[in-house]
Amino acid sequence: MDFLNALIAFANFVFIPGVAYGSQLALGALGVTLVYGILRFSNFAHGDTMAMGAMATVLITWLFQSWGISLGPLPTALLALPFGILFAIGLLLGTDRMIYRFYRVQKAKPVILVIVSLGITFIYNGLTRFVIGADDQNFFDGQRFIISAREFKASTGLPEGLSFKTTQGITIVTAIIVVAALFWFLNKTRAGKSMRAYSDNEDLALLSGINPERVVMITWIIVASLATIAGVLYGLDKSFKPFTYFQLLLPIFAAAIVGGLGNPLGAIAGGFVIAFSEVTITYAWKKVLVYLMPEPLEPSGLVQLLSTDYKFAVSFVILLIVLLFKPTGLFKGQSV
Amino acid sequence: MSETVRNTVLFGLMAFLIAGVVVVQGWNSALLIIAMGLISSIMALGVNLQWGFAGLFNVGIMGFVALGGLAAIIVGMPSTPGAMSAGGFIVLGALALGAATIALAIYTYRRMPPGWGRTLAMLVIIVAGFFIFRGVLDPAVDRIEDINPAQTGYLGGINPRWAEFGVDADLFMLLAWPLGGLFAAAAAWVIGKTALGLRSDYLAIATLGIAEIIIAVMKNEDWLTRGVKNVIGIPRPVPYEVTLQNDPAFVERAAGWGLSPVEASTLWVKVCYIVLFAVVLVLLMWMSQRALHSPWGRMLRAIRDNETAAEAMGKDVKARHLQVFILGSAICGIAGAMMTTMDGQLTPGTYQPLRFTFLIWVMVIVGGSGNNLGSVLGGFLIWFLWVQVEPMGLGLMNLITAGMEEGSALKEHLIESAAHMRLLTMGLVLLLVLRFSPRGLIPEK
Repeated sequence: MDFLNALIAFANFVFIPGVAYGSQLALGALGVTLVYGILRFSNFAHGDTMAMGAMATVLITWLFQSWGISLGPLPTALLALPFGILFAIGLLLGTDRMIYRFYRVQKAKPVILVIVSLGITFIYNGLTRFVIGADDQNFFDGQRFIISAREFKASTGLPEGLSFKTTQGITIVTAIIVVAALFWFLNKTRAGKSMRAYSDNEDLALLSGINPERVVMITWIIVASLATIAGVLYGLDKSFKPFTYFQLLLPIFAAAIVGGLGNPLGAIAGGFVIAFSEVTITYAWKKVLVYLMPEPLEPSGLVQLLSTDYKFAVSFVILLIVLLFKPTGLFKGQSV
Repeated sequence: MSETVRNTVLFGLMAFLIAGVVVVQGWNSALLIIAMGLISSIMALGVNLQWGFAGLFNVGIMGFVALGGLAAIIVGMPSTPGAMSAGGFIVLGALALGAATIALAIYTYRRMPPGWGRTLAMLVIIVAGFFIFRGVLDPAVDRIEDINPAQTGYLGGINPRWAEFGVDADLFMLLAWPLGGLFAAAAAWVIGKTALGLRSDYLAIATLGIAEIIIAVMKNEDWLTRGVKNVIGIPRPVPYEVTLQNDPAFVERAAGWGLSPVEASTLWVKVCYIVLFAVVLVLLMWMSQRALHSPWGRMLRAIRDNETAAEAMGKDVKARHLQVFILGSAICGIAGAMMTTMDGQLTPGTYQPLRFTFLIWVMVIVGGSGNNLGSVLGGFLIWFLWVQVEPMGLGLMNLITAGMEEGSALKEHLIESAAHMRLLTMGLVLLLVLRFSPRGLIPEK
């Protein structure tokens, strides 16, 4: 019985939040890794792209809510999501046309593109704050829990409750659908194959008649969709606040690098590695250990390895370890 | 137009802008812009050393600046009575233990043959070391933080001047500036040792992470910095306004300038800071110029332009990179200590990457990377914009919304969000310069 309780406490506080957070990071890291594979630079504006896409979705959600449209138990934001994605696609394609393309034609060094993306970070960040302000925004509606702790306790009779939030469920389901669709696209369709060819060897791809501008355009469209979905899921699960998206940049990059930059499969694995390390190292294990340990050995403290404020340190240390011992990442990524 | 003439014109324009501030907003704002412009210029010089000379992409400037701030409280504040004996020595011992653990792990890594045995041994050392470290550290930290938490609750600093504390100018504070540089240099050494061998993007991510960690430590380790409770009342190297106002000689001189004692004292304090900062800037500028034109500077530029060729010529690329990374970071640390000294308080919550890292980057790029004079110009110009865009944006918004009816939601929203114009402007300035004048206002020779 105690073992069961420990298992439920573990699932409730570590496993489910870890999977949800890992899915969000994986979606973000996929965007970073695609830009890196095709356009060959680290896109610092990715966090703020997520914020922009999420912002558009939030605004449209509010519009729908004011019209009285809702999805019943599901959050209205899901209905607004496609429009948010459309906005983000327009934004990124516009940015590419006005800014990135100039440097691509010039064949500028990657580090120049990184600095350019810093400038774009400033602009996106400024725009987000300009339109929606710097404060927390709530746009969640619908049913809060799929399984609430109280119901769970009542139905199983266990003292330990298990809660499963709707947002966590949506996050996991959406992530699976999106990742499956992305891999189908990359592996089965003509456009996806041309993207992979371009990423592997630019010159060969050009020789075989692949239109680079088209590949770049498709990449931005996919990146915009991934960023918006990741941004909205994160915003639903935690809360929408422009500045947090900038701070997500570090774990997202850590995930992409740990998995191997330019490798989509690696980005997903990296997302979960980072998320689970963050959650396990900053979680106070007392609750689980109390059930497992015999009475005299029960821990007196919280058994928290690091305070939650150091979660950045966790993703960073993992990043450093991987960089030092396996610079191309867990899955073989590019290393230029 | 010859180079000297053009530079004179550019700096003349900058002086003209500041003169405009004097006319519109008064001397106080103008002097504040000059003082912060000087500090920004010093930070830009440090980044220029790394990026302009050596092509190192450091986006962790915020962390080094914050370490400078830490030095300011350690030098400036008196030590908290009883804190050292309550747990201070144990904390220092725990830190030594932590360092020893890492050293032992590195030693094991170097000495044992590769394989599972080595990985396991290192894991055991690190995990055991971590628990011992926390076991020793935590109780001592609790004891320190229990000492009068509303006022102190931290170790305090090393300032020996008890009697005059907070009344008189305290030249001891000046020690904080080189110490800030030392702190930043030490951190840079650790980062450089681990991350410099990697490609440029990775260095960027690594420095970004280190900066966040340094800020997280300063926010959470209350025994060191009081965390988000902030340290206030850091002594200054310049006279206090109140002291000046009570000094009959000063009041008389102020009357001679036609100023009230209060006004004159606030201006005088800023002038004192400006003189001190200018001395530091001139000194660092002179050293950077000498470095730029020395064989060492030429070697760095050779490495920057073609690493492989430089290596083939027998230059030690890694060592030079480490050197210049440490030097540039130290300069940022000095500037950080100066800034905290002028603020008179350390507020770890206010360090944000957009303000302390990316803004400095805009300064370097706009001024002209690789040119020290350009960094100084960029420091002043961008700081001026950063401060002035907000009032300008508000004016613009008032103009745009003048035709709208009073109390409309859109009008209110537009006027409210004028405060966020500065990020937008900075991004625009950076992109425009990169596009149309990629070498900056004062290009490298």
